[in-house]
Order: sequence, then C-alpha cells, then structure tokens
Amino acid sequence: MIAVFLEHHEGELQKGALGVLAKAAQLGDEVAGVVLGSGVKDLAARAGRFGAAKVFVADDPALEAPLPQPRVDALAQLVHEQDVDTILFAVSVLSADVAAGLAARLDAGLNWDLVDLASDNGNLVGKRPALEDTVYVDVGWTGETRLAMFRPGTFDPVETGGEAEVIDLSPQFVDFSTQATMLEQAHAESEGPSIEDADVIVAGGRGLGSPENFSLVEALAKALGGAVAATRAVVDAGWYPYATQVGQTGKTVSPKLYIACGISGAIQHKVGMQGSGVVIAINKDPNAPIFEYADLGVVGDLNEIVPKLTQLVEQRK
Amino acid sequence: MKIAVCVKHVPDATVTKRIDPGTKRLDRSGEGALNPFDTQAVEEALRIKERDGDGEVVLVSMGPERALDSLRKALAMGADRAILVSDEQVAGSDLVATSRVLAAVLEREGADLVVFGQQGGDSDGAVLGAAVADRLRRPIISQVAELEIAGGKLKGKRQTEFGYDVIEAPLPAVVAVSDAINEPRYPSLKGIMGAKKKPQETLSVGDLGLEAGNLGEAGSRTSVLALNDPPARGDALKIEDDGSAAEKIADFLAERKLL
Ligand SMILES: Cc1cc2nc3c(=O)[nH]c(=O)nc-3n(C[C@H](O)[C@H](O)[C@H](O)COP(=O)(O)OP(=O)(O)OC[C@H]3O[C@@H](n4cnc5c(N)ncnc54)[C@H](O)[C@@H]3O)c2cc1C
Ligand SMILES: Nc1ncnc2c1ncn2[C@@H]1O[C@H](COP(=O)(O)O)[C@@H](O)[C@H]1O
Repeated sequence: MIAVFLEHHEGELQKGALGVLAKAAQLGDEVAGVVLGSGVKDLAARAGRFGAAKVFVADDPALEAPLPQPRVDALAQLVHEQDVDTILFAVSVLSADVAAGLAARLDAGLNWDLVDLASDNGNLVGKRPALEDTVYVDVGWTGETRLAMFRPGTFDPVETGGEAEVIDLSPQFVDFSTQATMLEQAHAESEGPSIEDADVIVAGGRGLGSPENFSLVEALAKALGGAVAATRAVVDAGWYPYATQVGQTGKTVSPKLYIACGISGAIQHKVGMQGSGVVIAINKDPNAPIFEYADLGVVGDLNEIVPKLTQLVEQRK
Repeated sequence: MKIAVCVKHVPDATVTKRIDPGTKRLDRSGEGALNPFDTQAVEEALRIKERDGDGEVVLVSMGPERALDSLRKALAMGADRAILVSDEQVAGSDLVATSRVLAAVLEREGADLVVFGQQGGDSDGAVLGAAVADRLRRPIISQVAELEIAGGKLKGKRQTEFGYDVIEAPLPAVVAVSDAINEPRYPSLKGIMGAKKKPQETLSVGDLGLEAGNLGEAGSRTSVLALNDPPARGDALKIEDDGSAAEKIADFLAERKLL
C-alpha cells in the first residue's frame, strides 16, 4: 500500500501533501494518509475527504513539535507493522529530514525532486528533472520499501468527499530521536508587503552585495509599478524581510514580469517563480543556472545595468 | 572540540553537467571543484575552533581520487586534515549507500560535531545530513542559518515554510548549514602552501570494514531507468552587456508591452 506523509501546521493539513495524496489515489490501489502529531485525531479524519482510504495516526506528545527524528521512528514502525511499501512526501524542510532519516533507517531508496509518478503494474517510475532541469530522468527503486519526495506545488489537492478508516499507531521512540527540542517554533507571519498579487516583481539576491543595495531593485520596482522580492540567501542573512521571499520555503508568485537581479537561480528559488510570464535575469556569471529559465538573460554587472534601466523605464513610460 | 565537515567534489560551475548515457551516472570526467555549498560548512567549523582556541577540523569526503584537489582547497582555508574514501566499489552510490560510507568514517572519527553543507551542487538533495545522523544515532538540525554552541549544547535558527524555528540539541550532534550562515574566507597564500603538507588519508572500502555488497550500485536502492530531454522551452535570448544592456532590456519590455 502507498502511504502519504500528511504534514500539518497550526491545525491545517498542508496543501502540498494533500496534492500528493490526490496523485497517489490516481495510481489505482488503496491509499493511506499518515498523520503524526499531538492532538491530531480530528485532522486525521479530514484526510478521507482528499482521497485517503485509511489514515494512520500517531498521537503522542513526543510528536508535538515538528521535528524529524521522532517521525522517523513512527514511520519505520508503520512500515514494519502495516502493509505499507511506499511512502510519499511533499517536500518541505521537515519532510526532507524525515524521508532521509527513514531511508537510512530502513535501507530504503529515496528519490527526490520528482514532478510525476506513474505505476506500471505496481512498478513505480518517478520523473525527476536534474542538473538545473536540463535532463528529465526516469527513476526507480530497487529495494522493498520505496520513498519519494515531490517538488513543491506539483499536484493540487482533489476533494473526493470520502471517509477514511482511522488506525492508531503507538510509536516507540529511540533514545537519540527525542534529544533535539524546539525552543521557538515558526508561525505563519502575515506582516510585511504582499508580493503574491503583483504583476511585476523585481527580485534581488546575494549578488546585490549589501543590504543597502536593495535600493537599486526598489527603485526599478517603483519605476515599473511592481513589488520587491528576495532569495532565501539574503533573507537568512537578514538583508530583507522573510515576507518577500520567493521559493520553496517562501512565496509562490506568478507575475507577468519577473526580473531577477544577482540571483543564481537555485532550484528551490525556481519553484517559487516558474509560473511567471516573462523572466529577465541579470547576473555577471554566464554559467548561473538562472539563465536556463530566463526569457532574456543578461550577463553583466547589476550595479551598472539596474540604475540605467530604472532611468530608461522612467523616461519611456 | 573535534569537528568533522563533510565536503563533496562536484563538477566545476563552468562545466556543462551531463549524465553519461552509458553508465547513467553523472559524468565526472571534466574539471571539478569543492562544492560551493560546502565552503560555508568549512568556514563555520573553523570559526568554532577559532572561538574555542583549540580543537580540530577534519574533512571527510567520498569521491574519486581527484577529490583530493577539493579537499586541499578546504585544507588551505584552514582545516587540519582530510580523509577521502575513494574506491571503485563506492562509485554510483545513492543516498543510502553514501550515508553508510560517510557514517563509517564518522563513527571511526567520533567527532563532537559533524557539519554538512546546504546541498550538493550536483544533487540538490539537502538530504545527506539527516540520513547520516540516523546512522550515527545523533540529533540533527538542518538548514541552520545561525549557530550557537555553549555548555555542551547546540542552538540553531533555521527557516521553514512558516518562518524561523530555533532548535536545541545536546552534543554530539549533526548540523547542516544554510549558505547564508557566513561569508567563507579565501585561502591565504600561506594556507595554500601549507595545505599540501597537512595529513591526507585515502581509504578503501576494506579499510573501513564495509562489505562491498552494501555499497556503490549494489548497495543503492534507487536506479536510473532512462534519460529524456526536458520539455522544449520558448525562444530565449542571452546577451552580454557591452554598455547597452539596459537599452536592450527596455526595448525587450516595450516589445512585449510590459512597459
Ligand atoms: C530546504 C531548502 C529550501 C530553500 N528555500 C529557498 C527559497 O524559498 N527561496 C530561495 O531563494 N532559496 C531557497 N533555498 C536556497 C537556495 O538553494 C539558494 O541557496 C539561494 O536561492 C541562493 O540565493 P542567491 O541566488 O541570492 O545567492 P547566490 O546563490 O549566492 O547567487 C548570487 C548570484 O549573484 C551573482 N552576482 C554577484 N555579483 C553580481 C553583480 N555585481 N551583478 C550581477 N550578478 C552578480 C552571482 O554570479 C550569483 O549567481 C532553499 C534551500 C534549501 C536547501
Ligand atoms: N560524496 C560526499 N562526500 C562527503 N560529503 C558529501 C558527499 N555528498 C554530499 N556530501 C555532504 O552532504 C551535503 C548535502 O548533500 P546532498 O544531500 O547530496 O544535497 C553536502 O553539502 C556535503 O556537505
């Protein structure tokens, strides 16, 4: 049976995980959801509406904080005790650590960054864009247990309105799994500018060189009537607010125009902006991955180009 | 404190990466370099050692013989010694098999802290740290953007889909760092000169007491079935700035009625 790891946050099953559940339900066989947490019984029942025939639930205080290692224990036990041979994950910071730890624990194959999954008589084949998405690789599994992780936003949830049988698990935790503790847990922050509705986004990355240089992208955004966005590298470094971050752990945007300034174009950034209409990239490194998906790639120094462009836009508009 | 840093030799950024259709493995024949995401891991380890005023920074890598070049770059930054597992039998290892080899070396070294980089520039997995931590039976904190160590404890701040977590774990522990955690230093001339003389150990599978059947392709649990071209993309334009790039961008915007 295929089981889908259903991540939840502040009482909500996550959309990405429900999307993977919908995909799994399409593959034919019965699909189970797995909900791990503390006080999560009600949440578990909700998964039936999105295609799960069964939901395995571990409700335990040790699973309260979204830390990976106790979840590895619970899932390893699930595989040992139940008829589960495949576990699917929507990628997240939490699920990547869970899936990787589980792969080591069970000696199970993990394929990540998948954008599709097909079943050929029970043989699963995943589709993985690799090497800056320049090659699409068909991947398989050779062991008994199969683990897969999907790219953000790959599948949309489908409400089927069904009901799931809820099955309780009582996980045993190994000593090292409960050593890490969550001192402060992230909360969805609503403050800060909203970039999701912007038609034009000018995004800045570490190539700006300093927080002060964000004034360059701010000026261009203002001239174009757009919003300013940032990469995780500059948000992590404290240069710009988290609310403006585009990518896997930030916002997903789809403006008509996306101008990337000093951004290398890592895959985790791309997944947040690949729905943009026109992409322009300014980067001094001709080998930067961002050029693989820019409609107009400009190899050059943003310090020269961006101010000039701002001026031209102001003159011509 | 003894700190082990896992570093990888990856194809250089100037090399067009390709998968060899014959072996279905990444073609590693071209120029290689230290995985850029691992320079922050090395830097963080060096800073901890410098702050403490003592300790040792050991590099651990699995890869071809030529990975020594990358290890020397990290030694030139200031690491104390390097261990490379290089053996035909580990070629083609996936996550399960790679984590087994690295864990065997790390078990032998018994470091207080094991540091991983953000991700392999060729694999983009960001998964190895958690797999190795499970094998070592140690706590992991991943994607750490700010790291504090005091009183035998590790405190890491890291970003998730919802904002920032702060996680604490007792040593010995494993961390994977974000590429924004620090600004890695450039090796000094003295560092480069000295690197060659620092201890560099190359190990085979036999040296680690590992069984060949558990390693390389035989020990991997994933397989590559086929290679396909990506979906075709529309016309893309790439220009080099000769002073007129701003004009060209403005024209491009005007043509598409975006201005
Ligand atoms: C689990 C996980 C989640 C992640 N989530 C996200 C996410 O949500 N969003 C995100 O963005 N990243 C995310 N990342 C990080 C991602 O992998 C990259 O590390 C990050 O996107 C890099 O940011 P950057 O492009 O600003 O920096 P770099 O990669 O350092 O790129 C800077 C670029 O600027 C160029 N440059 C330098 N100077 C100039 C100049 N003067 N003129 C022009 N160009 C110049 C350089 O050539 C370089 O290409 C995540 C990573 C992981 C592992
Ligand atoms: N072959 C290897 N040898 C040593 N360390 C590695 C190797 N592959 C990956 N790593 C480490 O694991 C991190 C994450 O890699 P990955 O999970 O492959 O993206 C890298 O930043 C390195 O620190």
